[in-house]
Amino acid sequence: MSYDVIIGLEVHVQLQTQTKIFCGCSTAFNPDQPNVQTCPVCLGLPGALPVLNRHAMRLAVKTALGLGCQIAKFTKWDRKQYFYPDLPKGYQISQYDLPFSFDGHVDVDTGSGEPRRVRILRAHLEEDAGKNVHDESGRGRDSQVDLNRAGTPLVEIVTQPDLRTAAEARTFLQAMHSLLTFLEVSDCNMQEGSLRCDANVNLHVHQPDGSKVATPIVEVKNINSFRFTEQAILHEVDRQWELFQKTGKTIKDAPKTTRGFDPDRGVTTPMREKEEAADYRYFPDPDLVPVTFTDADIEAIRSEMCETPVSRRARFLGEYQLSAYDADVILDQGRAVADYFETVAKGSGDPKQAANWVTQDVLRELKERRLTLDAFSINADVLMSLLKRVSDKQLTIKSAREVFLLLLEQAEEHAPSTVRIDAIIAEKGLALVQDTGAMETAIAAVLARNAKAVADFKSGKQAAVGALIGQVMKELKGADAAVVREKIIAALS
Amino acid sequence: MGLSDLSASELLDQLQSGAVSSREVTQACLAAITVQDTAVHAFLHVDAADALQQAAAIDERRVRGESLGLLAGLPVALKDVLCQQGQPATCASKMLSGFIPPYDAHVVTKLKQADAVLLGRTNMDEFAMGSSSENSAFGVTRNPWDLSRIPGGSSSGSAAAVAARMTPVSLGSDTGGSIRQPAGLCGIVGMKPTYGRISRYGLIAYASSLDQIGPFGTDVRSVATVLEAISGHDPRDSTSVNQPVPEYSKSVDQPLTGLKIGIVPEHFSAGLDTEIAAAVKSAIDVYRSLGAEVREVALPHAKYCIATYYLIACSEASSNLSRYDGIHYGHRATSFKNLNEMYAASRGEGFGAEVKRRIMLGTYALSTGYYDQYYVKALKVRRLIRQDFDAAFQQVDVIAGPVTPTAAFAIGEKANDPLAMYLSDIYTISANLAGLPAISLPCGFTTGGLPIGLQLQGRPFDEDRVLRAARMYEATTDWHTRRPNG
Ligand SMILES: [Zn+2]
Repeated sequence: MSYDVIIGLEVHVQLQTQTKIFCGCSTAFNPDQPNVQTCPVCLGLPGALPVLNRHAMRLAVKTALGLGCQIAKFTKWDRKQYFYPDLPKGYQISQYDLPFSFDGHVDVDTGSGEPRRVRILRAHLEEDAGKNVHDESGRGRDSQVDLNRAGTPLVEIVTQPDLRTAAEARTFLQAMHSLLTFLEVSDCNMQEGSLRCDANVNLHVHQPDGSKVATPIVEVKNINSFRFTEQAILHEVDRQWELFQKTGKTIKDAPKTTRGFDPDRGVTTPMREKEEAADYRYFPDPDLVPVTFTDADIEAIRSEMCETPVSRRARFLGEYQLSAYDADVILDQGRAVADYFETVAKGSGDPKQAANWVTQDVLRELKERRLTLDAFSINADVLMSLLKRVSDKQLTIKSAREVFLLLLEQAEEHAPSTVRIDAIIAEKGLALVQDTGAMETAIAAVLARNAKAVADFKSGKQAAVGALIGQVMKELKGADAAVVREKIIAALS
Repeated sequence: MGLSDLSASELLDQLQSGAVSSREVTQACLAAITVQDTAVHAFLHVDAADALQQAAAIDERRVRGESLGLLAGLPVALKDVLCQQGQPATCASKMLSGFIPPYDAHVVTKLKQADAVLLGRTNMDEFAMGSSSENSAFGVTRNPWDLSRIPGGSSSGSAAAVAARMTPVSLGSDTGGSIRQPAGLCGIVGMKPTYGRISRYGLIAYASSLDQIGPFGTDVRSVATVLEAISGHDPRDSTSVNQPVPEYSKSVDQPLTGLKIGIVPEHFSAGLDTEIAAAVKSAIDVYRSLGAEVREVALPHAKYCIATYYLIACSEASSNLSRYDGIHYGHRATSFKNLNEMYAASRGEGFGAEVKRRIMLGTYALSTGYYDQYYVKALKVRRLIRQDFDAAFQQVDVIAGPVTPTAAFAIGEKANDPLAMYLSDIYTISANLAGLPAISLPCGFTTGGLPIGLQLQGRPFDEDRVLRAARMYEATTDWHTRRPNG
């Protein structure tokens, strides 16, 4: 018997607003000072009322547009009701039957050529809960509640069960991360819980008669890293397969259960089941008014969106003729590096060279210096000027690297600039020889001195030209080898 | 004539002219409270020192010639459902016993901006659920006209305090009649404005889509003045409507010409006390004599209003009251073994019987499998009720009728019969469901000497016309000048 793995994900993304979704409190991550970023609204005090943060709504719409979703013309807020200490009102303001967006898709590279299309069922906006802090000393002290996080805007993205392997799930999350950081809707900081995911996993077991039997669905909740997602699913697949072989239980025999992932042991473990099936008693929140969008509203938001990483990748491959490898290296670094590359590529007129420099020289220096791009002293315009001198044949690549390193070394005294580039070129005598008279004189002299090599070349030994080029180059500091080669061949034919 | 014989608008004139100081007025109120409130029990909390301090500060500013707000120096009592920073707000519930809000409700801010003196906090039915004050966790409020009777509710203390002249004006909240019904039973004026007219920020919610704050006073002018001071858009309440606020206090005395009054025949059918029917009918005759045209209008869905109201109000209440879980503030049980027991014990001990009944009713109505047949259907009927009113207001300017089916009943009479109690809101509930402004004003007395109220309902945001129509009647009658024990 064999089986298919069926995976659907629910991804929770904290939006990067300055303030919470229904009040003016800061959303900064601040676990060391509990309950300081709170007010009557997010504390759920009697009489306090929520007011929608319009910016959160815009970021949510951007997120959905990036996922190719439809935006609802009319959306409303519903209360999801349950008791839990981190939920101060006894309900979470969320969206139930009319989410603000639905029907999108993300194409995931499966490594096998054909991408996997993961359909997005819906994306809705809601408020995050606070955090329960339990005594871990074992002394049984009271648990405490920190409501700094309560009311942080959260988009919940629900996929169809379209993923087929743990690796695909991981790739999907990476694509999501790339998209959301590119769109600058979330910092997706997984350590701080800005991106969390629940995975719904089960197996479709092939039967001898050709039919398939589904195992009970398990939801693994609150996974906070790409790697853990992959590990949790892998473990869950093995566990469900073993269990099915042992018990034969199918989706008809057992309800959906929830499990947590223990990263230390690499296993999923059962979570305490609620005593009775949860009935969230959703109903429209009477404290909030519905939100309506016109086509013009949606287009206005779309027009302020940057290109998605997927479409940018396609453009890098087409417009700039980059290799898939280079394009991915650049895009994986995020939007700032991609913008930097594009500025250099367009300005220098040599995208391939620009990609080499960004993926090698720039990223190497950033790594060594532990810098982010915005703190890097050679901005895109300066690198563009440098590479322009190479493509204009004023400088060799080798000399350009020397200038690049000198710019960095001297960055503290002299901010790197086009003027600095030219100063270094002059100082070090790196300017490429443009004087064809001088070059021709030198070539003539070298040819005269090397009768044997000349004879070899004429008798068909192409390699002989190498030695001749070397000697001309030695006489002319800063000459372009390709030009010298051309001229020697012309002189000899 | 003592200070407590004056209406708020008369007091404001005297305060402004310097004939009396705010300190004197406040002192007179505090003295009246001392004398009368042992019997009436309208107040849950009075911070006399704080009130006198506020009064003194306003007097000083007046002496310095500073420009002062619309209610400068006037004492105002607040229903215990409105948050005032630093003063207890219990909603007459054990659940919130000891809770002191760290912020001001929007109306409290508005009252402070108007330089009113915040006098104290008044008793009510627990979490505004009830029509008699018998649901207060802190004892019943008595009707100043007959201490063996209820004052109405849920804004029981706010109405009784004005009726007994312990404060010239007060604020209440009205979800199904909780201002108009006690105003009617206490022989004073009480108004529920249009939903959205006054910010609910800081009003401890019972049923969010129905709750509105409104004023009580001894006459229409006073109510108009307080309404003007507390109305207006507030960005902190998403359901607050951004509409200009007319100067009600200036226009209230202008009579309306060509006024068209609607009456609903069903209002006068079975269930209405004959003395009340007679008083309301003669009030309508007064309008005829003032030149108003009276015609019948139909409100065909009005008969569903009680069922619709209890489904919507209880559903919302079951959710709004979820926050009282013993975790963050309010009552927490002392004996429990785990989290669920802590919730159950804290809520079981903290809430009274009627609150529990409504939470259970609402929880049931919102449950999977019942939601569509109860809550969703109630919303549909609510729309039909609103449409009935829209159609009626094509033909008439205001709809006149009774406030309550009977005059004030005896304490304990309906305490064990919730359905009979619910029926006391039969004439007031539809204005909440439709979001309309409505006022209750005195229009007579029973042979037993109990007040009878007249209700006028108007178009959304047409408070000005409702107030002027009420004042027209009041100006030709003297019911509002009568007072208990007088
Ligand atoms: Zn807050």
